[in-house]
Amino acid sequence: MTKLEIPTMAELAAKGEAPDILFWVGCAGSFDERAQRITRDICKILQHVGLKYAILGTEENCTGDPAKRAGNEFLFQMQATMNIQILDGYEIKNIVTACPHCFNTLKNEYPDLGGHYEVIHHTQLIQQLIDEGKLKAEGGESFKGRRITYHDPCYLGRGNGVYEAPRKALESLDAQLVEMKRCRSNGLCCGAGGGQMFKEPEKGKKDVNIERIEEALETQPEVIAAACPFCMTMLRDGIKIKEKEQEVQVLDIAEITARANGLT
Amino acid sequence: MVSQVIFGILLLAAVAFASYNARKIIRNIRLGRNEQRANQPAKRWRAMLLVAFGQKKMFKRPFAALLHLFVYLGFCIINIEMLEIVIDGLFGTHRAFSGLGAFYGFLIASFEWLALSVLLGCVIFLARRNIVHIKRFFGTEMTPWPRTDANLILIAEILLMAAFLTMNAADHKLQLLGASHYTQAGAFPVSSWLLPLLPDGITPLINIERFSWWFHIIGVLVFLNYLPYSKHLHILLAFPNTYFSNLKPQGYFRNMDSVTNEVKAMLDPSYTPEAVDAPSRFGAKDIQDLTWKNLLEAYTCTECGRCTAVCPANITGKLLSPRKIMMDTRDRMVEMGENTRKNKGFQDDGKSLLDHYISREEIWACTTCNACVEACPVNINPLEIIVELRRYAVMEESQAAASLNAMFGNMENNGAPWKYAQADRANWREG
Repeated sequence: MTKLEIPTMAELAAKGEAPDILFWVGCAGSFDERAQRITRDICKILQHVGLKYAILGTEENCTGDPAKRAGNEFLFQMQATMNIQILDGYEIKNIVTACPHCFNTLKNEYPDLGGHYEVIHHTQLIQQLIDEGKLKAEGGESFKGRRITYHDPCYLGRGNGVYEAPRKALESLDAQLVEMKRCRSNGLCCGAGGGQMFKEPEKGKKDVNIERIEEALETQPEVIAAACPFCMTMLRDGIKIKEKEQEVQVLDIAEITARANGLT
Repeated sequence: MVSQVIFGILLLAAVAFASYNARKIIRNIRLGRNEQRANQPAKRWRAMLLVAFGQKKMFKRPFAALLHLFVYLGFCIINIEMLEIVIDGLFGTHRAFSGLGAFYGFLIASFEWLALSVLLGCVIFLARRNIVHIKRFFGTEMTPWPRTDANLILIAEILLMAAFLTMNAADHKLQLLGASHYTQAGAFPVSSWLLPLLPDGITPLINIERFSWWFHIIGVLVFLNYLPYSKHLHILLAFPNTYFSNLKPQGYFRNMDSVTNEVKAMLDPSYTPEAVDAPSRFGAKDIQDLTWKNLLEAYTCTECGRCTAVCPANITGKLLSPRKIMMDTRDRMVEMGENTRKNKGFQDDGKSLLDHYISREEIWACTTCNACVEACPVNINPLEIIVELRRYAVMEESQAAASLNAMFGNMENNGAPWKYAQADRANWREG
């Protein structure tokens, strides 16, 4: 694979260029070590299909999602207003996000504050690229016949009705897609949403991610597919606690796609 | 003649009392804040037709949905019969619509089959609650009263249907015996099974027929007036509640315009805020801080517990139960409504929805996953209330877990919820 070129908006603007699409990396994708690998795989996919893209780099700020869900509307709107100024400054029209929370907030909540963009999640982009024949699941690791179960992130699935795109991406690999009992609109949360990622859970019988990982393991998967960096953390923690790290991998749809296309 | 007068008085009293209570309910809902929910009527009619009329979301649990469909269809269609009963009662006629001939026979026959299906549905529902002990009908908020309420409704429906069928059976037998006043009319495919159980004398038959007739109609009028005190109000409110559904994606949380004004003013000192009716506080502490739609939803909730059954917090043993959020909201609203009426304006009673009804532990256990919203067969949104309560706790009281406050601080200072420097945000490129 050729060297990864990841331009920032500032760099493109300095050259007088504009990208086709802005890649909104998100905080997890920027700082969380595990999520950074997903971020790079998304970049590899974008570069592989020849899409002209850019990131905001140090000009990107948290969308404010965790603040809003935790009740801090002030902080959310401060973040949103700053981000909208930057996005509008670069005349951004199209955005792809790595995180369903960024996706939901940018797409649904920024318009109220004057930020209007075409926002898609990376699984939707991957599906489009497969449909257009630009991604073929060739030249890389084979997922043919492997048992994969997909965990629906709440803000992608129930929040925005995106159930098919990630599944299409998996189906294109000829993988054996096995559904959990609670899937699609009945999917069970990983336990991270609504600010839970940043606090201790209230007391109860067990943690939500354990409940979810037990259900995922019932499908006897080789791979648990995720599409959200927070779900990724929760599911991996669950796998570690269940001591299944050797048998079961937790991978993002972007990572699976990058591997299948030999981009890693 | 006497019975016609008695009937007229009963009917009038029942309707008057029901409308008195209906006005109370409307006044209570109006305790809430204003919210625009009337745009896009085409989409709203669609939501109402699919979700309330078509019961689309009920079918996530097919067996319960099927039984519910029996009871629902029976309830709606047998109400056509009510029209005839009222006419007969007021004018002393007997089966006023029997002039419809064969079609009347068809109507009565279908009412009978429906009555049987309602009866069977209710018996199975009772068994599910009291013998099978289905888990979602229990839980902390399902104290004796809500459980009794559910049983009363089912028993009332069983009694009403039994009276209806007994009335038809006695009528049918009287018709067969050629009793005067009992003209040949109707078809009785179900109630004819009861014929052997009935006496053969005309007088006892008339007594049974009249008793059943009165029992049925008085039962219906009592039931009508029971609704305002019961969770069963959903049979009426499901329709407006789905009409005024949220039409945006479930992931969208309401923007607070009052905050937008302050943020704009902070970032641009020359900004003059538009005149909005500023709320007395940010978020919700009590009923008057919620919207009328939240309150309508509280009245619409029939406590089926589908929300709680899918709530990740509840499943894993946390205190949060979305159903309890709705029941608490209703209880507090009724309490505030009474207070407001008695005192000609609300007198502080030292209580509030947050803390006296819904605890902090409950609202902070929510993952905002929308499973409860998705599960509700009548489009109730407990999540919106939870978030409003959080907004109050955070913005008015600064009462959030220390770890959440740390997250807010990080976001404010570094533009990320974790303690990383903004300047390092793109360092992953070198990885």
